[in-house]
Amino acid sequence: MNKFRGFVIKEFFHIFRDVRTMIILFGMPVMQMLLFGYVITNEIKEAKIAILDHSRDHVTTELSRRIVASSYFQLAQVLDHDKEILDVFRKGDVKEVIVFEADFAEKLEKTGQAKVQILGDASEPNTAKILVNYTTGILMSYIQELNTQTELPLRIDPVTTMLYNPQMAGVYMFVPGTIAMLLMLICALMTSISITREKELGTMELLLVSPLKAFQIIVGKVLPYVFLGFINAVTILLLGNFVFGVPIQGSVILLLLESILFIIMSLSLGILISTLTNSQQIAMMVSMVALMLPTILLSGFIYPVENMPKILQYLCYIVPPKYFIIIVKNIMLKGTGMEYVWKETLIIIGFTMVFLLLSIRKFKIRLA
Amino acid sequence: MATQEKVIKVINLVKKFGSFVANDHLTFDVFRGEIFGFLGANGAGKTTAIRILCGLSYPTSGEVTIDGLDIYRQREQIKKRIGYMSQRFSLYDDLTLGENIRFYAGVYGLSREDIRQRTAALVDKLELHAIEKKLIRELPPGWKQKLAFSVATIHQPGIVFLDEPTSGVDPITRRQFWEMIYDKAGEGMTVFVTTHYMDEAEYCGRVSIMSEGKIHALDTPAQLISKYNVRNMDEVFLRIARNIEAV
Repeated sequence: MNKFRGFVIKEFFHIFRDVRTMIILFGMPVMQMLLFGYVITNEIKEAKIAILDHSRDHVTTELSRRIVASSYFQLAQVLDHDKEILDVFRKGDVKEVIVFEADFAEKLEKTGQAKVQILGDASEPNTAKILVNYTTGILMSYIQELNTQTELPLRIDPVTTMLYNPQMAGVYMFVPGTIAMLLMLICALMTSISITREKELGTMELLLVSPLKAFQIIVGKVLPYVFLGFINAVTILLLGNFVFGVPIQGSVILLLLESILFIIMSLSLGILISTLTNSQQIAMMVSMVALMLPTILLSGFIYPVENMPKILQYLCYIVPPKYFIIIVKNIMLKGTGMEYVWKETLIIIGFTMVFLLLSIRKFKIRLA
Repeated sequence: MATQEKVIKVINLVKKFGSFVANDHLTFDVFRGEIFGFLGANGAGKTTAIRILCGLSYPTSGEVTIDGLDIYRQREQIKKRIGYMSQRFSLYDDLTLGENIRFYAGVYGLSREDIRQRTAALVDKLELHAIEKKLIRELPPGWKQKLAFSVATIHQPGIVFLDEPTSGVDPITRRQFWEMIYDKAGEGMTVFVTTHYMDEAEYCGRVSIMSEGKIHALDTPAQLISKYNVRNMDEVFLRIARNIEAV
């Protein structure tokens, strides 16, 4: 045990004496978190819209007022004719046009049905989709109010409700994704670098000649990073909570335990990478390119998996962060417990086992 | 110092990498307490052999025992009895000398009291008081090699394997380095050293000369010099190289 403690202490010396390591470990999480939180966000504020109101009655006026009053939209122009619509889109400022049909209020009262046309500028498909959703949301909530006021027989209306993230705040989505990406990147990157560094320096041979067992060497190398990765996870959660106001609805302890599990999985991936190469640079490249891109693109972090071609969707199943993101979303935003995330938890445990088994096999082959 | 007790026994050691034969039926013994020189040009297969003796890789076939222990089955026991210093400098350069010593000594299971005493003894002997607290990377290169040797033998192993310990080191440091080796051998430690500097061969008790995976000569330097009727080990080596070419 004494041997092992000395080993871990040595590892901490390596970490704390290397400025680059310290920057990656502690600077990167905070920077990335702030970047993702503030810059890359799905949220749209004060998008310019135009309204073409053929009716101009009390209902359409109220609806227009509500739409414009929301922080998502800003009324850029009031239109008078249909033919103006294309012009405003072509100019490019206006992202959405809302058209109320003639006699809107009257039709609504008499037939219970009135038409509103929402035109989005789909040259920016994501933005358009989000704007249309926002608008429908506002219209729906108004109709719901009307329904409760009148004694008309209840009619089924397509009501879209944004559960768990009622304001559709983008940052809610980014916190789980960012935690997954950062933990994965830092843990895999740091372990693969620190192990390949010993190989490059030739100190790995000394360790292998020593009475330390192979698993002691590996555990000794990664243990400090479990600890530091955990500190990172806590930092990110605190930043998310205090800076961006992302709530933690579920059990904090469960969330932290799941984070530790994910950290261990990332570390075993880092070990696997380091068994494949002897060079720090290759280890770094592999960790950065091979881990970061799939994490961002295929984990459902930014782009919904459902919208991808089938082949890519299958590929997504083998991207470990995908499962961790589901777990974090469930616990943080929905407040659910283990009963809803056990499957994902098992999958992550499975990944960890596979990575470790492959590493051990690789390790033995190399020794022979 | 050299005894007749065989501390390393190698019989028909073969190591192949694919179709390449790195060690071709090596057979030799090393006696306890002797300085055994394992000589050969770069690529002769010295490092492959020393790695097998240290347990860093398995032979393809052949028998090897270290201190009476079998390298296939008793590897863990062997590890406790040997020290190893690789051709690349191998102390951690972001740790101080003291930290390096504590780390390696800890790995070999020395008690804290032992570590403290041995560190103090080493610092006194090599007069390291001024540099004990400095990071290794701040030390002059000549020092590093000597310290690496001291650290590799901090647990007083019965046998120490040195793989090209003096490559790229200036002559004065090499001289001092060999004095340290003599010191350890004087204490009864068996020293197994590979080198491609032929002048160093004359410091060894016995030498083997290896080329293309085979051992071509094994004897004391004096015997080899008289056998080939030349003036020094350099010429012995040239003779052997020519003989191989002639065949």
